Amino acid sequence: MQYSAKVMDHFANPRNVGDFPDADGVGEVGNPACGDIMKMSIKVKNNVIVDVKFKTFGCGAAIATSSISTEMIKGKTIDEALKLTNKAVAEALDGLPPAKMHCSVLAEEAIEAAIDDYLKKTTGKGLEKKKSHAHDEHHGH
Amino acid sequence: MEKVYMDNASGTPVHPKVMEAIMPFLKDGFGNPSNLHQFGRISSDAIQAARGQVANLVHAKPNEIIFTSSGTEANNFAIKGILAAHKKKGNHIITSQIEHFSVLNPLKSLEKSGCEVTYLPVDKYGVVNPDDVKKAIKPTTTMVSVMYANGEIGTIEPIKEIGTITGEKGIIFHTDAVAAAGNVPIDVSDVHVDALSMSANQFNGPPGIGALYLREGVRILPFMDGGVQEGGRRAGTENIIGIVGMGKAAELAKLEMPQRLSKVQGLRNQLRDGILKNINHVYVNGHPTNRLPGNLSLCIEYIEGESVLLFLDMQGIAISSGSACTSRSLKASHVIMATGVDAALAQGTVLFSMGINNSDADVEYVLEKLPPIVERLRQMSPLYNQKQMKN
Ligand code: FES
Repeated sequence: MQYSAKVMDHFANPRNVGDFPDADGVGEVGNPACGDIMKMSIKVKNNVIVDVKFKTFGCGAAIATSSISTEMIKGKTIDEALKLTNKAVAEALDGLPPAKMHCSVLAEEAIEAAIDDYLKKTTGKGLEKKKSHAHDEHHGH
Repeated sequence: MEKVYMDNASGTPVHPKVMEAIMPFLKDGFGNPSNLHQFGRISSDAIQAARGQVANLVHAKPNEIIFTSSGTEANNFAIKGILAAHKKKGNHIITSQIEHFSVLNPLKSLEKSGCEVTYLPVDKYGVVNPDDVKKAIKPTTTMVSVMYANGEIGTIEPIKEIGTITGEKGIIFHTDAVAAAGNVPIDVSDVHVDALSMSANQFNGPPGIGALYLREGVRILPFMDGGVQEGGRRAGTENIIGIVGMGKAAELAKLEMPQRLSKVQGLRNQLRDGILKNINHVYVNGHPTNRLPGNLSLCIEYIEGESVLLFLDMQGIAISSGSACTSRSLKASHVIMATGVDAALAQGTVLFSMGINNSDADVEYVLEKLPPIVERLRQMSPLYNQKQMKN
């Protein structure tokens, strides 16, 4: 199993690590496959994600997917950010080893959870219906 | 860049003297040892000499050594072959939960074909209780297979005690000594084992060659059918290069055992003390004293092992990890879990396995590079954050 140069870059120099004391939305999700945890914090202005930070307890792929997905949703509207799929994240990293696809699901879910939290705080109502994630499909083994 | 190899549990560098011993046979070791002519004799003489060297390593007789392609093959051979030859007696086998997959998986396939297997638990240090072995024995018990030492956590098992029990009951005792042979003294005349697996690459011999010690008189079904190589028990033209290399490695290991033990153990303790001093929330796995000399298995809290492995690799340091993320099955090491370590903590399992290739400078280099990596990953970890906020 080898990681792409892009994965290694995001792993070695992760972008947007941390959290905000005054986050507008925070999402923390656990990985059912291997027990790891990813936390996304967002700042939102006029329906646009103006800043985002992450913290991850997990493998190289988990750290790299968190890092790149923060870059991919920064400056995007809530709706645009919700459209981010784990496949797009993996593609942006020039691919992930099959056994590591599930780590990218974690990133997608963490973003969704952060947005859900933000909506609950602002509108009193979370996301209508969560996207369904068939984890087992992504395991590749 | 600095290169520090501390993954000797996965495979050791080939000793220069082993290379030297192998070299002539790359050129002249082509003769088939089964043939009577001079070319065949060069090979058969070399194999006989190596058989003696390997036998000597564990105090066995040369005819009790069967060369195999690996430790895995030796384990498969012992378990499947011995059981098949003793079917009449029964089909119950006793083993431990912390065996290597080359023991556990053959047992799993035997279970599918109707055998009964008891998997004994271990204590928090990874030690099998000999009393548990005694209690698990039934009239149908044919074999006990408990490893000599665990390569992942370093714990050495009470082989002598178990061997006494099996000896009294007339049950065959196999031990997977792949992690132990060549690294700690082994004497099969003293520990009452009937079968013992070894691998050359665990004691600075070449990869791709192993051996099974089988006590004289113990029946086994051949592993490979074909010619009469290895006393008809393992057919196939011999791997002369590997065998010569394993022989030389065994000879050196036996000869240098005391010096190697004290050197490797000294380095391991130095590394252990340094890490424990410089990094908090780190726990040592395995038995505190009764362990393999080079093994330092640690759980580093709040971070995940693969990340540590990758960052160390960027600094030229090679280690292993037992985390779920590192394994292809996405399961934490069954060995670590059997010792009762909490699942989140098990994610931070890393293994530094030192060998005769390592030096004081290696230890210093790791002690310089590891703490900032751990700190960096902890800063990135949501678990560490939570903990700090609660404090
Ligand atoms: S987070 Fe566990 S495999 Fe990626």
